[in-house]
Amino acid sequence: MIDKNALLRDMITHLILLVAVVILTVPFIWMLSGAFKDTLEVVKLPPRFLPSKYNFDNFKEIGKYFPMGRFLLNSIFVSVVTSFLQVLICAMSAFVFAKIRFRGSGFLFMLFMITMMIPFQVTMTPLYVLFQKFNLIDTYLGLILPGIFSAYGTFLLRQHMLTIPNVLLEAAFIDGASYIRVFAKLILPLSKPALATLVIFAFMGCWNNFLWPLIIINSNELMTLPLGLSMLTGRWATVWNVLMAGNVISFIPIFVVYLFAQKYFIRGITMSGVKG
Amino acid sequence: MAGENKFKKWLAVLIFLLPGLAGLVLFNLYPILVSAYLSLTDWDLLTKPHFIGFANYADVFHEEKSRIAIGNTFKFIIGYVPLVLVSSLALAILLNRKIRFQAFYRAAVFVPVITSWVAVSIIWRWILNGQSGLLNYLLSQIGIQGPIWLSDFFWAMPSIIMVSVWKDVGFFAIIFLAGLQEIAGEYYEAAQIDGATPLQQQLKISLPMITPSIFFVVVIAMINSFQLFDQVLVMTNGGPAGATSSIVEQIFKNAFKSGRMGFAAAQSWVLFGFIFVVTLLQYQLQKRWVNYDR
Repeated sequence: MIDKNALLRDMITHLILLVAVVILTVPFIWMLSGAFKDTLEVVKLPPRFLPSKYNFDNFKEIGKYFPMGRFLLNSIFVSVVTSFLQVLICAMSAFVFAKIRFRGSGFLFMLFMITMMIPFQVTMTPLYVLFQKFNLIDTYLGLILPGIFSAYGTFLLRQHMLTIPNVLLEAAFIDGASYIRVFAKLILPLSKPALATLVIFAFMGCWNNFLWPLIIINSNELMTLPLGLSMLTGRWATVWNVLMAGNVISFIPIFVVYLFAQKYFIRGITMSGVKG
Repeated sequence: MAGENKFKKWLAVLIFLLPGLAGLVLFNLYPILVSAYLSLTDWDLLTKPHFIGFANYADVFHEEKSRIAIGNTFKFIIGYVPLVLVSSLALAILLNRKIRFQAFYRAAVFVPVITSWVAVSIIWRWILNGQSGLLNYLLSQIGIQGPIWLSDFFWAMPSIIMVSVWKDVGFFAIIFLAGLQEIAGEYYEAAQIDGATPLQQQLKISLPMITPSIFFVVVIAMINSFQLFDQVLVMTNGGPAGATSSIVEQIFKNAFKSGRMGFAAAQSWVLFGFIFVVTLLQYQLQKRWVNYDR
């Protein structure tokens, strides 16, 4: 009796989840198939979910509109450097706030937290002017610098580091370890899940960032993928198959990163204390 | 904490905090102060800024384009927040059940989250295309003549809302899932013994226990909504006839297209004011409904 109900409930759960998954992923599957279709087939109704013939030309075709390889490398370079530096800087600050008692610690941490509330749009115009003064417009450094500091990341890592027992550190200090050694050999390895979570957040944020690169980059050599894709929609809105090929290329690297770091995700979100 | 030597301790604080602190000052505090000053000037990037007091702020609420953008942003919030809240909560409850293929479902709902807004916007412009779009084709199969979604004055904003819910539902579902997993299994076991139905268990145990998560999601969803931009710029560019223009879209265009830096700065401070007031209000109201006892 109870078992029968449970089975029914499981089936209903599967059914609803499947519908949700279809709604959430069909646009991607359609995008994937569109990337291989030709110009006519891509807009044909009724739509075919699989292309009648797999056509790889679309991926080459993108080169006519913008240098895909170049934009892809720019995106990878900027995202890797930004997320590495962001995670490192956040971990360093978080270590201080979580594990070292000093005068002014509370005040400084509050300053960090306040900046989390100010939307990027407030700082973006003066930042542009500042970068103009330092000749950072249209440079890699200009793309990377604003992304390497994250109050949110500091907060997330600090929350995690607070759970590392102080006795561990005390033992290390008694053995004569330096702060740098404790940080590198104890704190960082013990914070792996939180670090992995921040890596995904940082990488995702940087990979998908649109507004800042849109403002700061003018030359084709430095543009990132979202800029390239948005250029396509402006001028070539009807070349859907080429657009979808571009979309597919921009999606794959981020998907790979996500798959690698996925198992830490839910744990990381739980730990960061966002659930309250 | 340990570390006997005071000098060493302060040296460590200095070294470890320096990069973060430099970032805080250079990329946050300094621009914030400059922005506050610029908002009181009529700066056009070329000539010297003139101090004009609060005139820009008055204009933010008087100028038609700016007012429309503010109104649209609130329309977006009213449509988006309840929809994304209810759908992600429902999804999380299902994802939390112990069933087969759980990992697959959890990964699949996250696919839209990791995709850039630009890519998502492009896919949906294609799906929402009036003549050759997938959605109108599906609707025509059940005898409904679909509108030209993104080019229709009435339907453009609902379309943006729909796509935004679609993109974000997985993210908030995972946050709810994290909250649900914190609830001890004993509560459910006890309720089951007392004869509570699964629905009752969700309403009487899960819901009150994850009010902190609900609070967090509402706050974040609101803050994100106020910053509505990427999807608008790529999907409609604010059109048709301003139907989807948003505050940030106007800030961007005023600052970097029309060279009205001072006005854009004032708009961004008004945006911050909205976020601040709404967030503060939520923190005040939370005492009435958020339950932190575990």
